[in-house]
Amino acid sequence: MSTELTDLRLYRPPIRRTWWLHRRSYLMFVLREVSCVFVAWAVVFLLLMINAVHAGEDAYQRFLAFSGNPWVLVLNIVALAFVLLHAITWFNLAPKAIVLTARGRRLAPRAVAAAHFGAWLVATVVVGWIVLGGR
Amino acid sequence: MPETITMQVTRYRPDTDRSPTIQEYAVPLRKEWAVLDGLNYIKDRLDGTLSFRWSCRMGICGSCGMTVNGNPALTCGTFLHDFAPGPVRVEPLTNFPVIRDLVVSIDDFLRKLPTVRPWLIREDETVEDVEFLQTPGELDNYKQFSMCINCMLCYAACPVYAAEPDFLGPAAIALAQRYNLDSRDQGAHQRLDLLATPQGVWACTYVGECSAACPKGVDPAGAIQRYKLTAATRTLRSFLLPKGAR
Amino acid sequence: MSTVEPLRHDVVVVGGGGAGLRAAIAIAQSHPQLSVAILSKVHPMRSHTVSAEGGAAAVVGVDDSLDEHAYDTVSGSDWLCDQDAVEAFVAEAPRELRQLEHWGCPWSRTDDGHVAVRAFGGMRKLRTWFAADKTGFHLLHTLFQTCLQYPRITRYDEWYATRILVDDNRAQGVVAVELASGRIETITGRAVILCTGGCGRVFPFTTNGNIKTGDGMALAYRAGAPLKDMEFVQYHPTGLPFTGILITEAARAEGGWLLNKDNYRYLQDYDLGRPEPKPVLRSMDLGPRDRLSQAFVHEQQRGRTVDTPWGPIVYLDLRHLGEKVIDAKLPFVRELCLQYERIDPVHELIPVRPVQHYMMGGVHTDIDGATGLPGLFAAGEVACVSINGANRLGSNSLPELLVFGRRAGMAAAEYAVQGAAEPGPAVLAQAADERSRLERDLLAPREGPDRIADIRTEMHRTMEDSAGIYRDAASLAAGADKLRELRERFGRTTIEDASRSFNTELVAALELGCMLDVAQTMLACALRREESRGAHQRTDFPARDDDRFLAHSMVSRDHAGDPQIGYLPVTITRWPPGERVYGR
Repeated sequence: MSTELTDLRLYRPPIRRTWWLHRRSYLMFVLREVSCVFVAWAVVFLLLMINAVHAGEDAYQRFLAFSGNPWVLVLNIVALAFVLLHAITWFNLAPKAIVLTARGRRLAPRAVAAAHFGAWLVATVVVGWIVLGGR
Repeated sequence: MPETITMQVTRYRPDTDRSPTIQEYAVPLRKEWAVLDGLNYIKDRLDGTLSFRWSCRMGICGSCGMTVNGNPALTCGTFLHDFAPGPVRVEPLTNFPVIRDLVVSIDDFLRKLPTVRPWLIREDETVEDVEFLQTPGELDNYKQFSMCINCMLCYAACPVYAAEPDFLGPAAIALAQRYNLDSRDQGAHQRLDLLATPQGVWACTYVGECSAACPKGVDPAGAIQRYKLTAATRTLRSFLLPKGAR
Repeated sequence: MSTVEPLRHDVVVVGGGGAGLRAAIAIAQSHPQLSVAILSKVHPMRSHTVSAEGGAAAVVGVDDSLDEHAYDTVSGSDWLCDQDAVEAFVAEAPRELRQLEHWGCPWSRTDDGHVAVRAFGGMRKLRTWFAADKTGFHLLHTLFQTCLQYPRITRYDEWYATRILVDDNRAQGVVAVELASGRIETITGRAVILCTGGCGRVFPFTTNGNIKTGDGMALAYRAGAPLKDMEFVQYHPTGLPFTGILITEAARAEGGWLLNKDNYRYLQDYDLGRPEPKPVLRSMDLGPRDRLSQAFVHEQQRGRTVDTPWGPIVYLDLRHLGEKVIDAKLPFVRELCLQYERIDPVHELIPVRPVQHYMMGGVHTDIDGATGLPGLFAAGEVACVSINGANRLGSNSLPELLVFGRRAGMAAAEYAVQGAAEPGPAVLAQAADERSRLERDLLAPREGPDRIADIRTEMHRTMEDSAGIYRDAASLAAGADKLRELRERFGRTTIEDASRSFNTELVAALELGCMLDVAQTMLACALRREESRGAHQRTDFPARDDDRFLAHSMVSRDHAGDPQIGYLPVTITRWPPGERVYGR
């Protein structure tokens, strides 16, 4: 039979730990993956806020003071950037997974992505209306 | 345009070398020459000991994949003058064990390929003297995934394959999808058990480099993401409707 | 550095392209108890079948008939084919292409879902099935992926067969080098099938990939199986200059025109019909390849071709087809032009010139693929059955792989089942001899007056001068002398690579040895055939001579190692020799 691979003195190059720094596309990929940490933080922050609102005026004021902390502000700004990155890359990738055909023609990938962004816009408007004082 | 360009080529002779080294060669810089023409010049005129694979020199056989200036490329379709004044670095394809010089072993792929059952599976009786009907629209559904020349550039580009050698990989999954989406095939459920696994589609984190590297526009990343949705829905369906789902 | 025990199989297939894979699958399906080996010097999906573009012909239309396909093939061959083989071929081609469809081949379709067919050169009716313009690629990958289902097929990928073992006047196996390790092994079989393809690389300008070096033809020749019709070399009219990359005939079938430097459709001057805006079957740009290539040479002699650093060219005009048609039917053509010529055929003219493309000649076989050596079979471009005679029609070679791949597989399986005895000590002794020869002559480094590439370049120049589209006695004789000299010098070339791991210099040397043998047979046959027929055109004998030469050239190696020529009459069944008429 054929020679076993192990008998062939093959050279297997080692993988560097910093592999993700060596290409821009790998770096973007890692940042995208890291963004879920910040999505988790945003969810936690939202839950803390809801809990504070529910627990009464004092708890809410304490929460606002906490949020006003410089490090929390910075964290939240960074988190916003990552959440935006997460949302935008997720919506742009969605057409790859969602392939729809109607009447024998494939729905354009841009249409699928546009639908996601559209839904996001609608949700943003609705939430904004609720939060900013719609009656 | 200068007369020559330097090619920095990886050498590895397992009989004598512990690890690869780089050897430099000065090669004529002609505007029609591909990197492959440069390698052939080296082998024919300068150093007969250089080993590399090639055949069709028109981007259809998939033999000549190598790493050129850090990127996986078919050396027959990559042109020297695009790198002028040089130097051009030519290394073996990443993520594969090196047999010799620029020749890597693709045995791992060849071992994995049959496991995804990349052939037309029929469960009905086949009528001999008539073709299966397939409209142009049905052909378009899988055509893109049928264009894979098995050049392995996608495996070289994939950081998941680098870190997890058990990963089935972009080309194998794209070929499975080629058959899953072929209207004549009836074997999608047979492929599910291998594809919807940790070493199948779920290992993929959609880096997307495979599709960027693919010289034939197959878009294996697209094939994988699409299958994730298929696998997830099937698994969910079999959860919610265990008996009658299929 | 090798095991003493041979690797044993029932059938050994050398070559893993369309014919080899088809043969192996045929055996695995019909004789599942037999163990089949496929030995290939490259991974099967790299085989040159992959580069075929245009299509595969088989009768499907209600207005078409087997007789018409047969007649087109017979007249296309300038009456040198064996008509019984052609009749079998046209009858089995539709079934084979349908079988490929059932195995998943993505044939292009009509709107109602049936397989589509298109026109092709030399064919009176539309009968060429196609998978866009990558028919060979899809065919090969379908076959390769299908063969993965059969565990009784053992593959030896990247093993180079160096010699056919012969004992008791039978082929009994091969000696092969495993390229990755350099191990030299003996692989025995009760039958051996050669599916190693053609030998285009004996020429400097060819559509063929690097691997087409006539290995199987040389191995058969050295083992005592005669070669046939080796003088018949096909030049395809449209290759890209410098690279020689093929621009498929389908471009002309879809409506492309050949133009000279005055933008004139010059084929009308060569008895090929009148120029029409739409393609007319068997006329003008859809004439047979030999006549179109010959027309180019005449245009060049009249100063009507365009000079480039890569030789004279004419133009292929696809602009009037429009972007939509080109992207639907000829996408690969567009890609190739953009990448290798930096021109877009939608808007610009494609520079083209005749380029060596196919070998009509090869190992002599009968209608079932059996060669002159019992136990040795051959199919595909390596073989000469002959269905192509003096000139092959485009889109006949892919069905040929399938029809004769299957036939040879079945015949070899039957031969093996009839219980050939196990290989004896004589076979093993031959194998040991071969091993010593390889180690002594080709794996020991030495300093010589020539590099391998030098000998190869001189062989190229010789073949281009002597075995071009037009030949004459003086240049053929001079070429034969030169090849004899090159064979002698080849034995003393520089060898630099002594490593056993993936030694491609060893492979290049072995391939060059095969090419020199095959080239010799080509010139010898061409010199003896004193007529012009199909692709073999003699300026000193410009007419076809059915009285003397309605026969196949048969070439065998004599004791001195030189080619000996004999003749075998052509089999005529239904179509007596006539005039080849195109365009009227």
